This record gives sequence, C-alpha cells and structure tokens, in this order.
Amino acid sequence: MDTLPARPATDPGYNFGYLDEQTKRMIRRALLKAVAIPGYQVPFGSREMPLPYGWGTGGIQITASIIGPADTLKVIDQGADDTTNAVSIRRFFARVAGVATTERTAVATIIQTRHRIPERPLSAGQILVYQVPQPEPLRQLEPREAEARKMHALADYGLMHVKLYEDIARFGRIATSYNYPVMVNGRYLMAPSPIPAFDNPKMHRMAALQLFGAGREKRIYAVPPHTEVQSLDFDDHPFKVWRADRCCDLCGAPDSYLDEVVTDDKGGRMFVCSDTDHCAERRGAGHRGPLAGHALQEIAEGKS
Amino acid sequence: MRANTPALAPGFADPVLDSQACFRALLDAMARPGTIHPIPAALHPPAPLGAAMAAAALTLLDLDTPFWLDDAAATPDALGWLRFHAGSPVVREPARAAFALIADPARALLPLDRFPLGEDAYPDRSATLIVQVAALEARGGFTLRGPGVEGSARVSVSGLPDGFAAAWDANRALFPRGIDLVLCAGSALACLPRTTALEG
Repeated sequence: MDTLPARPATDPGYNFGYLDEQTKRMIRRALLKAVAIPGYQVPFGSREMPLPYGWGTGGIQITASIIGPADTLKVIDQGADDTTNAVSIRRFFARVAGVATTERTAVATIIQTRHRIPERPLSAGQILVYQVPQPEPLRQLEPREAEARKMHALADYGLMHVKLYEDIARFGRIATSYNYPVMVNGRYLMAPSPIPAFDNPKMHRMAALQLFGAGREKRIYAVPPHTEVQSLDFDDHPFKVWRADRCCDLCGAPDSYLDEVVTDDKGGRMFVCSDTDHCAERRGAGHRGPLAGHALQEIAEGKS
Repeated sequence: MRANTPALAPGFADPVLDSQACFRALLDAMARPGTIHPIPAALHPPAPLGAAMAAAALTLLDLDTPFWLDDAAATPDALGWLRFHAGSPVVREPARAAFALIADPARALLPLDRFPLGEDAYPDRSATLIVQVAALEARGGFTLRGPGVEGSARVSVSGLPDGFAAAWDANRALFPRGIDLVLCAGSALACLPRTTALEG
C-alpha cells in the first residue's frame, strides 16, 4: 500500500521493537495501570528476552513497548554510555526498531537506565525507564510474597522503619546508601532500583515520566511527573545524601556523583563523574579538574 | 465478498506504528491528567465510535480483555468493527469488564461502582472506561490536582452526567482501588486516573 508511512529500516526477521503486538498491548495496559496507581507494582507477563535476567530484561520490555520511530534512545549503565550493557541495548534497539540512539541526555526522548539518574535535570518530553532487579522493597524483610502484598494493601510499612532504626542503633546513622526506600504520593513504599541515595531527591517532582521494569520478578511500576517521592527518614535523623567529598578529577564538577577509579598498583586513585555524558559536556565547555589530561581521559574520549 | 455484505471499515493503516503512536498519546495523557492529546492516526470507525475512542480501543483491546459497551455504542456496525479488529470478547455484565466503551455518558457512565474497582491487594484489576464526551477544552470547567499535575490544571468536559463530580470523589476515596477514565472527544483524548482530584 502506498499510503503507509515510511518505516525505519529494521531487521526484517523481527517485529518492530522485537516484541509481538499482543505482548506490547499487555505491557501497555500494565503501564497505564502503573501510572494510575503511582508506586504500585503491577504484575505482568514478562517474556524471555535475548539476554539474561539481570541485564535489563524488564527495562527492555518497557522500552520496546513504548518506543517509536520518532524516538531517540539513550541507555546508561551506572551513569556510563560506553559499558557493555548500555552499548548492547542501544545496538539492539537500533537493529529491531531502527531508532536513532544518542549518548547525550539533552536530546534523548527515552532514557533506559541501570542504577543512575542523569545529572542533567530531565524535561517533560522525556521518559526515564529503570531496569529493576528487585521491585519489592519489603523482600529482605518479608520474603513471603502474599504477606508483602498484604502489607502494601494495608500501607503497613512499620517494618521498614524498624530496619532504618536498627541502622541508626548500630551505626549511628541510616547506613543504606543505594536502593534507599521511598514513599510515592504518600501511599506506596517503593524500591527506586539500586540507584545511589544521592539520586533519590531527583525523583521528587521530576518533570519526566518514570517507568520501572523488573523482568525476572515480572513487575512494572511508575511515578508520574510532578509526583511526591519522599525518602523514608526520621525527624531526628533526616534523609541525607552521601557523595565523595571531592570534585571530579577530569571536569572539576563539585556536585556530581563520583566513581572511584584505581589507576595503578601503588595506591593511585582518581574520582570521576559517574555520568559520562555530564562529564564530557563539562569538559567540552572548558571545565578542567585536577587530573585533566590523565591517560584515563584519553581512553574516555576514544583517543587511545 | 458477496454484493450485499456491508463493507467493513478499515482499522489502523499500520497496526504496529499507529498503535504505538496512539499508546504514547494515551500514556502521556494518563501521566499528565487533563492534558488533551490529538490521536496521531487517521481512523474512520463506524458511528457512533469517534476516532479517539476507536483508536484507544484498538490500542488496548485484544483477546485478553473482556469489554462492555453501553446501548448507544453497541450498534451492529460498531460491534462488528471492534470484534473484527480487536477480537475481544464482549460481556453483558459491567462487573466482568476490563474495559468499557461508553458512547452516551449522560445515561450510562454512572454509577461507577458497577465496574470492577480492583482489590486492595490488586488495585490494577480495575476497569478502564473509554468514554465519548461532547467536547474537551483546556480551560474552564474542572480544576485538577494530583500526581502528574504541576500545581493545578484545568479542563472542561461537556457531556458528563449530573452527579459526576460526586461520583468521582467517591471513586478517588477508594484509592488505591478505583476506575480510570479515558475521555474522548472526536479525535482527541484526555485521561483522568483515579488519583486526580476534581474541583468546580
């Protein structure tokens, strides 16, 4: 038919976006319910994907169900665009959906992430898709699914407060530094996926839609834009973010989340932005850190 | 085809990309309650189905989703078109429907609680109502507050029954249970998830 719009070049062996249409509809219905009930984990019929559980099967199924030819996809793994997982997933969608991919946060319409939220504030036109290993925040405290579900139904989250209190009793502070539990819209306790607690405040009233997919655990949940997301805490032990007390050694950023990198076997180490796009953008704008020009930077920029 | 067989109106020209584009409109509408989205696909369904209602139905319905139609929507043409393109089972009892298509909301929208409202442990097992209204406008009418709304937003919906606001308050009070609405006017749609508070 000559009335059909031009379709992007994709691998002809697969449906657009890899998943079949009925699976996409099932995931789409789950996504709408997830958005309507912020923080509630909607069960869905997770499919086998051409990569192992733990590599982002939940996030990929969400991305495959929402992505269209007009989208630009960015994938990050711990903030980095150039890790195996991120590169593979970008190539996967370039092949099965023919979409444009990018490493730049600013131009992406869909950002699939493993364990970080980009430093640059996201905008209303963007969707953040999280890969989630364990969607149930109560799982370590209550291994029985039926009981945990009842606790969510009754909003009975005392056990999580006890866990945080035990942290304080033992260490003098809440020692949870990643996957720090949050309350969504004052109702559902939610696992933000293993993002550092540093990223938790970014979820609060974010302008972008946040979708969470757990493939092995077969759950989808969501946080709509401009929605209250509060990290659990106590009046006398308020939530505090933790970051290395340094600036980025390459770009000098004093406020980004830092990775510690061991550089030799003599105790040498450097701290660099975990968000590689943020760091490259700052270096491009002329910012210099204490170790600017280090061999690691040349590797990051593909010079060696 | 026999000469006396009525021609079946086509569904999406491109079932894959059209349903993807329509779903993004629906997702954006559900994530930002009250915002009005044109349907990004050309669709000419049989009366009384409007383009937006038909697009929402084709995007979301399939053999896994029993649906219910009100008397106004259940014309033979509409029923035949939905059965052919979506393949969903039609149910007579609203309480068994995953989706409901309501073409005459003044008569058939209320009471809301005759549709599945979900369970406290499984609030997602609730109905989504796809409702055809006379008009949607991004001003006047209701003031909206809740998740997805920055501060407050306005939308006016013509064609809703008297007593809708009170029924919606009651639906919202059930949270996390409750039904969700997709409001369709012509070829545009807006959503009201169960979390949205309406004033005015």
